[in-house]
Amino acid sequence: MLKEKGILFDVTLCVGCGSCYQACKEKNNLPQTNKDFLKDHLSNNTFTVVEQYGKMYARKLCMHCNEPSCVSVCLVGAFNKNVTGAVLYDADKCIGCRYCMQACPHKIPRYEWGTTQPRVRKCTLCIDRVKAGKISACSEACPTEATLFGDMDQLVAVAKKRLKDDPEKYYQQIYGLEEAGGGHVLVLSPVPFEQLGYTSKLSKEPMPAFTMRAMEKIPPVVAVGGVFLSGMYWLTKRKNQIANEEKKTTNGNKEI
Amino acid sequence: MKTNEILKPTFWKVVSVMIVTMGLFSTYFRFSRGLGATTNLVDTAPWGLWIGFDFLGVGLAAAGFTIAATVHIFNIHKYEPLVRPAILTAFIGYSLVVCLLVVDLGRPENFWHPLVMWNIHSVMFEITWCIICYTTVLTLEFAPVVLEKFKLKAPIKFLKIISIPVVIAGVLFSTLHQSSFGSLYLIVPGRLHPLWYSSLLPVHFYISCIAAGLSMIIFESYQTARAFTEENGFHNTGLKMDILSGAASVVLIALIAGFLLKIYDFLNNGKLIYLTIPSTETYLFYLEIVVGTIVPIYLLSYRKFRKDKKWLYIISICVISGLILNRLNVSITGLAASSGVNYFPSFDEISITLMLVVLAIFAFKLVVKNFPVFVGEEEYEDTVNGKSANESKQIILSE
Ligand code: SF4
Ligand code: SF4
Ligand code: SF4
Repeated sequence: MLKEKGILFDVTLCVGCGSCYQACKEKNNLPQTNKDFLKDHLSNNTFTVVEQYGKMYARKLCMHCNEPSCVSVCLVGAFNKNVTGAVLYDADKCIGCRYCMQACPHKIPRYEWGTTQPRVRKCTLCIDRVKAGKISACSEACPTEATLFGDMDQLVAVAKKRLKDDPEKYYQQIYGLEEAGGGHVLVLSPVPFEQLGYTSKLSKEPMPAFTMRAMEKIPPVVAVGGVFLSGMYWLTKRKNQIANEEKKTTNGNKEI
Repeated sequence: MKTNEILKPTFWKVVSVMIVTMGLFSTYFRFSRGLGATTNLVDTAPWGLWIGFDFLGVGLAAAGFTIAATVHIFNIHKYEPLVRPAILTAFIGYSLVVCLLVVDLGRPENFWHPLVMWNIHSVMFEITWCIICYTTVLTLEFAPVVLEKFKLKAPIKFLKIISIPVVIAGVLFSTLHQSSFGSLYLIVPGRLHPLWYSSLLPVHFYISCIAAGLSMIIFESYQTARAFTEENGFHNTGLKMDILSGAASVVLIALIAGFLLKIYDFLNNGKLIYLTIPSTETYLFYLEIVVGTIVPIYLLSYRKFRKDKKWLYIISICVISGLILNRLNVSITGLAASSGVNYFPSFDEISITLMLVVLAIFAFKLVVKNFPVFVGEEEYEDTVNGKSANESKQIILSE
């Protein structure tokens, strides 16, 4: 079985060359969307971007969550979590309700608004390359190892080691390890992550848990509700019957 | 009705025809050119007017289950004259919602997928199934009215036998999906404005739909009564003031319960601070609460307003507006800030929605004219006295 794969992105190593951006476009046969890649944003034709924040650069892509909102909300199960850790989308199932886009805590999924057969689009963690034993196109293209591809456990170890060896250089947090239940894309940075446009203030709890707390109550509500309603029906009917009978008897008495 | 009467142009007829024609063009564009060309939806605001409208359509159709439960489960037969209008409203409301949902789907040709592809962890899945089941229930509940007209006795008998389980199922399905519309947003704590986000959203939605659904019936009763009788009474409809006042009392209770829950929610989660931050959201929140909750509670707490037709009418409009504001706030305004775009519906979005509303009103009127929906006074008296209720016209309604 394939080990769970992931990406470690280190802001301190990124030089903002855009090689990952280009590689991703080529690998996924996506058209050019912006002459200046630094000004591009995620779209149905762009699965990853490099954003500039002063002298720093930050990559954005699907975080391949451990308990993905997109998987949990899709009513037809068009999103799935692969054994490699990649969160994948199946256009043949999708009905296009766009709940996945609404629910993703990182606001990742994009839509092909322009067609009559629209698909949801996002990074696939290069599933086909990984299955063929290769690493993701973006990490292969990266000249500085700012984007590192590998087994999840190793990536976590590397990240932890970097934080420990160089406490001056890094803000002491591995973004993506615990946010919204954690995922398969980890980020290291010298500054707090909200300064680089990463969604901050995410709870450590996986987002689907928020829904589950309500969904859990459905079976008891149905059971109790069903019993209660049947009971009420029986009771009130009986009450009315008795009332009617009493009426009848008193009527009878009067007649006598 | 005579043909020339139908063809006689009135202001509303002309406007309706125009709206429907425009809507048909928009529908054509929507399906031939896709969502991008015809809506203002974007990646960061993937849901818009159509979804918002589904929210309020379902909310306003809620009387279908509350009234059915009152009459058939709790056996309070006084409210029987409201059952049919409520069920009809619900049926038409849900049909409208389903049409709009299909228009909104990116791949409408796959609309049947939820029937065979299941993800039971999805709130959307649960809602879809509840809506399918509940629409079936509504069909079964309303069928006798149609069958009666064509004097088909056998199916009516059968429907009468299964009527109680059907009503119970209807109440359960409604409870689930009405509240689940709130649950849809539980997964986006970071996105929905804290004025509206709450772990109690499903409960808020449930309580508010009860108040608004009943108000909708009061509103319709008034409108219908006005259309049917010259005198402003409810003569030919079997509707009596004390029935509507009774319904209004329930509205009052639901409004107060909802208001208390809001207060509890705000105190408990330290959200009071948001009430003092001046922003569009805050103003809209105040508008929603004042129009939809505080004013109606104030008015309804006076007997004289509760007993007065005109006031009841005004109050019902307030409560309905409150629900509309609330649902649109949750589904559009409350998400605008975090999405970073100011979504406003496009012409096509608006015209398709308007078209469906006009068609729904038309369907309602058509059914009311041709079928005994607002049942006449005599039948109503009959059922109340328990006389020959079985042979009377209100087959599903009575025991
Ligand atoms: S980041 Fe969003 S799209 Fe990617 S797996 Fe997580 S929830 Fe799904
Ligand atoms: S848009 Fe498609 S993939 Fe996304 S939740 Fe809806 S059906 Fe699932
Ligand atoms: S993993 Fe593959 S699909 Fe994802 S950003 Fe990198 S190159 Fe693109």
